[in-house]
Amino acid sequence: MVDTKLPNAAPATDADYYTVGAEIHDAKANTTLPIERVWPDRQFTAKLVNPANRRKITIIVVGTGLAGGAAAASLGEAGYNVLNFCYQDSPRRAHSIAAQGGINAAKNYKNDNDSTFRLFYDTVKGGDYRARETNVYRLAEVSANIIDQCVAQGVPFAREYGGLLDTRSFGGVQVQRTFYARGQTGQQLLIGAYQALERQVAEGTVQMFTRHEMLELIVKDGRARGIVTRDMVTGEVEAYTADAVVLATGGYGNVFFLSTNAMGCNVTAGWRAHRKGAYFGNPCYTQIHPTCIPVHGDNQSKLTLMSESLRNDGRIWVPKKAEDCDKDPRKIAEADRDYYLERIYPAFGNLVPRDIASRQAKNMCDEGRGVGPLVTEVDQNGNERQVRRGVYLDFSDAISRLGKHGVEVKYGNLFDMYKQITAEDPYEVPMRIYPAVHYTMGGVWVDYDLETTIPGLFCAGEANFSDHGANRLGASALMQGLADGYFVLPNTINDYLATHHEGQLPADDPAVVDAVAQTNARIKKLLSVKGSRTVDSFHKELGHIMWEYCGMARSDAGLRKAIRLIRELKADFWKNVNVTGVAEDLNQTLERAGRLVDFFELGELMCIDALHRRESCGGHFRVEHQTEEGEALRHDDEFAYVAAWEWTGEGTKPVLHREPLVYKAIELKQRSYK
Amino acid sequence: MKLTLRVWRQARGAQQGKLVDYKIDNVSEDMSFLEMLDMLNEELTVAGEEPVAFDSDCREGICGQCGVVINGTAHGRGNSPVPTTTCQLHMRSFSDGDTITVEPWKAEPFPVLKDLMVDRSAFDRIIQAGGFISVNTGSAPDAHATPAPKLRSDRAFDNATCIGCGACVAACPNASAMLFTGAKITHLANLPQGQPERYLRIKNMVAQHDAEGFGNCTNIGECSAVCPKGIPLESISQLNRDLISSLFRKDGFGG
Repeated sequence: MVDTKLPNAAPATDADYYTVGAEIHDAKANTTLPIERVWPDRQFTAKLVNPANRRKITIIVVGTGLAGGAAAASLGEAGYNVLNFCYQDSPRRAHSIAAQGGINAAKNYKNDNDSTFRLFYDTVKGGDYRARETNVYRLAEVSANIIDQCVAQGVPFAREYGGLLDTRSFGGVQVQRTFYARGQTGQQLLIGAYQALERQVAEGTVQMFTRHEMLELIVKDGRARGIVTRDMVTGEVEAYTADAVVLATGGYGNVFFLSTNAMGCNVTAGWRAHRKGAYFGNPCYTQIHPTCIPVHGDNQSKLTLMSESLRNDGRIWVPKKAEDCDKDPRKIAEADRDYYLERIYPAFGNLVPRDIASRQAKNMCDEGRGVGPLVTEVDQNGNERQVRRGVYLDFSDAISRLGKHGVEVKYGNLFDMYKQITAEDPYEVPMRIYPAVHYTMGGVWVDYDLETTIPGLFCAGEANFSDHGANRLGASALMQGLADGYFVLPNTINDYLATHHEGQLPADDPAVVDAVAQTNARIKKLLSVKGSRTVDSFHKELGHIMWEYCGMARSDAGLRKAIRLIRELKADFWKNVNVTGVAEDLNQTLERAGRLVDFFELGELMCIDALHRRESCGGHFRVEHQTEEGEALRHDDEFAYVAAWEWTGEGTKPVLHREPLVYKAIELKQRSYK
Repeated sequence: MKLTLRVWRQARGAQQGKLVDYKIDNVSEDMSFLEMLDMLNEELTVAGEEPVAFDSDCREGICGQCGVVINGTAHGRGNSPVPTTTCQLHMRSFSDGDTITVEPWKAEPFPVLKDLMVDRSAFDRIIQAGGFISVNTGSAPDAHATPAPKLRSDRAFDNATCIGCGACVAACPNASAMLFTGAKITHLANLPQGQPERYLRIKNMVAQHDAEGFGNCTNIGECSAVCPKGIPLESISQLNRDLISSLFRKDGFGG
């Protein structure tokens, strides 16, 4: 064991924001065993539920993406009685569907030195040594089973002429372990999970509730026993109870308003659980994806990703001279281009991890060498300046090497999408890209069994904090979602259910009645403000604050200012928001308002977490903590831990619980991609 | 640009709705169609009116949640130079001064919930009837155990790209969901893993299709013309071939 010797109080300057509580530890994995023995050991030690008893046990699964859909289907197949909820009109629409590039698996089909251990190592290193070893090793272990499962379901992965599966490279690694289905891998994997799920719906093991949004968690005697939902068509508030609850509700990138997430993605399920006692892990770890289509205007509702797979063949550059920035890129001579990733990181080149690629794109634009239209920005001190926010992603080399058709086969749908959005043809002119909020590594804290600090409440997929540390590698989100849903939860949840299966609660149970009353009161409060500002105008303002102060570069002073601004904005919201319509109707404004309320509180905690972590790691870049070359500088002696935050009430300080990160299988060292 | 929008308004539970005219100004051509509707909704809210309810989620053309009829064609295909979803239609496809009519999908199996939103759960029930391969988690052989010929696999993929948006039904004068159903049939029929249940699947899916009240295909081709993913009409031919074939086989005789 590494003795962390961490101070047990917040530094005096932070005392206004949080307090420090007892350390927290995962108690489910036996870390005295060699790492490859830990998962088989847990599978053996977990208590079992007799197949005949499973149908008497009810499990609620919230969310139908890769994690939720896979879990609901697998638990249904196992014989449990599953209630599955989603806010969309069909489980097939969950935002996993938008993942483009691929899914990693340690199959070593390419005979290029890949192995479970290498996938594990790459993921821990890519996460800048801020993930829990045991969880990541298990992820790498089950990765190969995921591919087998999906092929058997009829997922049409890319194949070679021999009929076998093709793979490609992704960022942060030097092997080709990424399986893909053109640029629509997430769609194909989700449809696989969706079909498995609908098969269980037909079998009667899963009951599906679409257009139902979870608004509250029901906790009785310290255990999660159900949820309160709002029927998004009729407005009816209803309680559903069970023996255990699984949250698979995705990430919270929409706290930034503009992100690559779907319009409906939100933190409400996780945040409501947090308020009822579930600790929230590493909220400040946000992934800003380097290759997105740049922002075009104030009325924009979302940002669109261009898959990282494009970095396999596209070369990223900016002009060497600022005066070239408004020229036609095709007229800029080779000698006047700066392929900055290839220059700074010769070993990984354009395939450096996402956090590094994003930060360097920002640096180039900050230096005045960005491309695209000039936009006016106001910096943190209130000064206006003109900047170009874009860099080139150029396929001219790939087109001369592979031919236009060759490029079309690999990336056709992405090129079409780019052209449709920007009206520019990327076969002719280089794409313009810029980083955008994409994924949140932070989330509800879970142990090795994916159980939260509320017994009986489990959390899977992007919604939990567990596997990606401070930065997620490309093609690992699909892997984690499906690993959690297909292979982890079905093996761990029975350990809890074997001893806790009291059955559903009666509708008049005080825990149920209270949770429903709280939900109704919140809805009523939102509708009664009747101010003059729209919900979206508040959300956009919150997004601006988060992007400016808690985005790609964070500073002590900036984060303190952001916390103040968020608190002021939240207070203004409760005075001036106008939520139109009534509660008992299909009311999309009310839905958005409810989600925004939780984003205010989450945004504040993200800033507090970012403020407290006085180091840079992965996607969390504190300007005060960088190496001479401008790379993220970790402080392992002080911060090699997971920050698990406990809610203490509105207006009172959260409590920080640290989970020390102990590295036994991998040596802790400074990341290098040079 | 300045536009006149004629938008279908229908209260929840109402049997009928009507087109209501709204004027909107300062629409930029880089905005998506749904961002233009967002802008309208912001203005309606400030004016104290109830915003227009419409479905959308990913806004990158892949989830299938959005979809309205624009100037008489599903997803505004008549205005777009390329196949598109509503969210990927951009305002550069319109001109200053245009009047644009916006209506929900209109088909009996897709009842209107409110304004531009409809209930498409019939599609989920068609999949429940057989749009899957029966393989429980954990029972799969190695992914390379069964090679799949590339061109067949590519055809499976082309059909698996269906996003279940319902534009095919909205465009069809018979409100047929044959293109949607045919896409799933063709996806699974072209993979070795899909063979064991192939002929049972088609019987059950077509039976559910009919039970939901979708009409029959009369080869008009509007479905394929508006399909944002370009699912070809020949997927319906595959459906018909497999259906006829299934009549001469016992259930479970795949291949």
